[in-house]
Amino acid sequence: MSYIAKPSAHHPALPKNALGLTHRDYEGTMSTLCAGCGHDSITAALIEACFEMDLPAHRIAKVSGIGCSSKAPTYFLSRSHGFNSVHGRMPSITTGANLANRDLVYIGVSGDGDTASIGLGQFCHAIRRRVNMTYIVMNNGCYGLTKGQFSATNDKTSPSKKGDANPFEAIDLCQMAIQLGAGFVARSFSGDKAQLIPLLKAAISYWGFAFLDVVSPCVTFNNHPTSTKSYDYVRAHNMAVDQLDFIEEKEEITAHYAEGTSVSVTMHDGSRLVLHKLDQQHDPRDADAAIMAIRSNAAKGRVATGLLYVNETQQDMHDILATDARALNSVPMAELCPGVKALEAINARLR
Amino acid sequence: MSGINDFVVKFATVNGSGSASANGIFAKTLFRMGIPVSPKNIFPSNIQGLPTWYEVRVSEAGYLGRREGIDLMVAMNPQTFKEDLAEVVPGGWLLYDSTLPRVWPREDVTIIGVPIAEMCAAKWQDTRQRQLFKNMVYVGALTALLDMDVEVLKSAVVDQLKGKEKLVAANMEAVALGREYACKNFDCPLPIRVRHADGAKGKILVSGNDAAGLGAIYAGATVCAWYPITPSTSLAEAFERHAKRLRITKEGRRLFGIVQAEDELAAIGVAIGGGWNGARAFTATSGPGISLMSEFLGLAYFAEVPVVLFNIQRGGPSTGMPTRTQQSDIISCAYASHGDTKHVLLFPANPTECFAMGAEAFDLAERLQTPVIVMSDLDIGMNEWVTDPFAWNEAHVHDRGKVLSAEQLEKFKELKGKDWGRYQDVDADAIPYRTLPGTHPTKGAFFTRGTSHDENARYTEDGRAHARVLDRIRRKFDTAQTLVPKPEVAIKDTSGKTGLIYFGATTPAVREALDLLEREGVKVNALRIKAFPFTRDVVAFCAMHERVFVVEQNRDAQMRSLLMTEAEIPGAKLIPALNYDGMPLTAAFVYGAVLQRLQPAKAAAE
Repeated sequence: MSYIAKPSAHHPALPKNALGLTHRDYEGTMSTLCAGCGHDSITAALIEACFEMDLPAHRIAKVSGIGCSSKAPTYFLSRSHGFNSVHGRMPSITTGANLANRDLVYIGVSGDGDTASIGLGQFCHAIRRRVNMTYIVMNNGCYGLTKGQFSATNDKTSPSKKGDANPFEAIDLCQMAIQLGAGFVARSFSGDKAQLIPLLKAAISYWGFAFLDVVSPCVTFNNHPTSTKSYDYVRAHNMAVDQLDFIEEKEEITAHYAEGTSVSVTMHDGSRLVLHKLDQQHDPRDADAAIMAIRSNAAKGRVATGLLYVNETQQDMHDILATDARALNSVPMAELCPGVKALEAINARLR
Repeated sequence: MSGINDFVVKFATVNGSGSASANGIFAKTLFRMGIPVSPKNIFPSNIQGLPTWYEVRVSEAGYLGRREGIDLMVAMNPQTFKEDLAEVVPGGWLLYDSTLPRVWPREDVTIIGVPIAEMCAAKWQDTRQRQLFKNMVYVGALTALLDMDVEVLKSAVVDQLKGKEKLVAANMEAVALGREYACKNFDCPLPIRVRHADGAKGKILVSGNDAAGLGAIYAGATVCAWYPITPSTSLAEAFERHAKRLRITKEGRRLFGIVQAEDELAAIGVAIGGGWNGARAFTATSGPGISLMSEFLGLAYFAEVPVVLFNIQRGGPSTGMPTRTQQSDIISCAYASHGDTKHVLLFPANPTECFAMGAEAFDLAERLQTPVIVMSDLDIGMNEWVTDPFAWNEAHVHDRGKVLSAEQLEKFKELKGKDWGRYQDVDADAIPYRTLPGTHPTKGAFFTRGTSHDENARYTEDGRAHARVLDRIRRKFDTAQTLVPKPEVAIKDTSGKTGLIYFGATTPAVREALDLLEREGVKVNALRIKAFPFTRDVVAFCAMHERVFVVEQNRDAQMRSLLMTEAEIPGAKLIPALNYDGMPLTAAFVYGAVLQRLQPAKAAAE
């Protein structure tokens, strides 16, 4: 229950990261989501990823829209500022926040209703602008808070719990994101921490727009045997195209990988992604191949997961707009306000 | 009544024919001769082909509201010949291109035929030049007919063609062509003509949108997000133009970020995101955009995020008249969004105030932690006004409001006697202390939300907490009332029974009407509203008078409604004087409305 504060006392033996913080320092209030909700697993993975990356929590901003997924930012990183905005509009809030301060880590949390329906336009344009952020969709194929209506990502073959057929085709957000130029596109499953945590770490350290679609079963409305977004279905049909190791710049590179089966990608901050290719055809640096991998797997009823696409040299919005290296919200007024002399010159031009 | 330095010229042209720059040069020349002028663009929602007009009122006395009754019509558009002729006052003049001579069915109008197309065809080979220089030929004819100073005109041409100096000579040749023809063929100058004057000395000629964009620069705004919509587009573009001159570092980096958003929802979202994160952020829009931004305005109101919104009002409802002016978003802006919401509004009356209030809006937004809407309109925003020069006080300290630094967070309890909570009213002014993301490793983080929250920003479904927070936000309006600009009051008669309330772009017309009424022995005291919430002066003014006219440009007397509901002024006292045809208001309208009520017999006789 979110109004119940978790005890702040730490067990002295809790492991600490390089900042001297424990897992507990990255947690939020108690979740109010249903027991077993996939979103809580994603929350746990995010806490783990931030802890392991030694991120100072106060330098992270969490932004969300409306829905079950958008409530989730309350349940992690209580030392971070959060903004639970309006339905489908997380991308514009994040864009503005990022314009104001380029130095924070932006984690946007959205759902399939929030992104694939009401917020589809803002999703597209945040990608187009290359906002430096991690955009996570907790994707359960349905509207939970309003009791289980289909969302636009629900597969056509996937009926409701009551057995009603879904009349329309699903929107595949990963394909869209690649097509729109997202620099980092991955899909994962809330029940697969081993895959999810390195993907989250890689997405957070990515410079540019990183998109992570996480299939996250809704235990109440969309976890029945015929749902394609249920735990059982995803476990049975998960087709990981690669297996990711995320190696931070500061770490010694110890991962070994066999020639021809792995790809090493260097990130903007010097960290590296080592991908053990499971699907020999898949090269995540090739956008066309990534879309092919998603489509060919989907045609076989499988969910392609892992790092689907990465562009190693993306510029972010600030690079494109040529804004100052400093956060705009830190520039002193004396530099922003041109003063009386400049105004006199302007008046003179208008005479 | 018309005469030297007192007349109206109207240019009837075709949209996209290049007449705008020639007309602009005409107005600028008169302005530089020291004569007060008020050019008004009356343009279609169209890129090319539809009729467009440019009215220039010349008034040495400084009356710069629109005036009906055209003294001289420059009729360059055959599509509108009939209505253009009809608008000329008896005894007036009409200038047209007599390459194809025609009979004008009015004997009380002097027709001035200048074979413009023929002259241009003889002079230039290039079709585009032939077309463009036609405009400068009629301006040339006017220099003779109206006795304009050609040297001053040349200075205006040079300014207009900065970067294209080669074209100055050709333009001046076109001017000479028209001027010589007029001198040879007509009695120049006409009885209506100009002479050097002092009324515009020291003033500037500028549009409100240009001024407001500059105001945002002086306010230190760094985040601007907008979506193209007439008539607000030129505000965001002005901000960008000024920023590119004034906000580039030595290293060539920009101290501003502008996003042309995908729609108005995103535009206000980006601005709110920027405001939340400690930048001064704004957007500009017009009526339809206000409707789209309403949900977000409610969020900013309830979550207490500063943001500035420029609403350049146009003719509504719906798409309405995108290129005509109105003051018809007062209610929709005062209460934008569902639930109990209320917003601070500022009402600039000219470009000088667009600059000043454009800057002040950011101080108010950050002080009050709420959206502030600057209510300009198409007439102020897109027309060039002769107005006082922009002023800035070098000693001005931008009011960044109650934002806590890491150090202040550490010492908060020590200083204030209680723990920090995002929505705690610590100072009894209903304004809480806010923190920005990234300030302190362990203190000051909170969750901003549009769902109900308690004083510590925690989600709540406790109705009492919800009501407490709503009550405090309402009390913030009491504080706002002490901070917003006070109205401008002009008392002509201390024992007067009649008052008049006005605001915004109707100001020049109202002032002229008050002078006209006074000449007729009718003394009316006046108050110009500059802001909502209404200050006590507004209430006092209404209490002073038996009846108060409320002049506004909308059908439903929206300001009057606001005065009734928010200042509790009895409706019986407030007499609406309403104009909503989309045209800038005339003094004649205000004069007529007042006289009809006070002296119906006299009004009928007139």
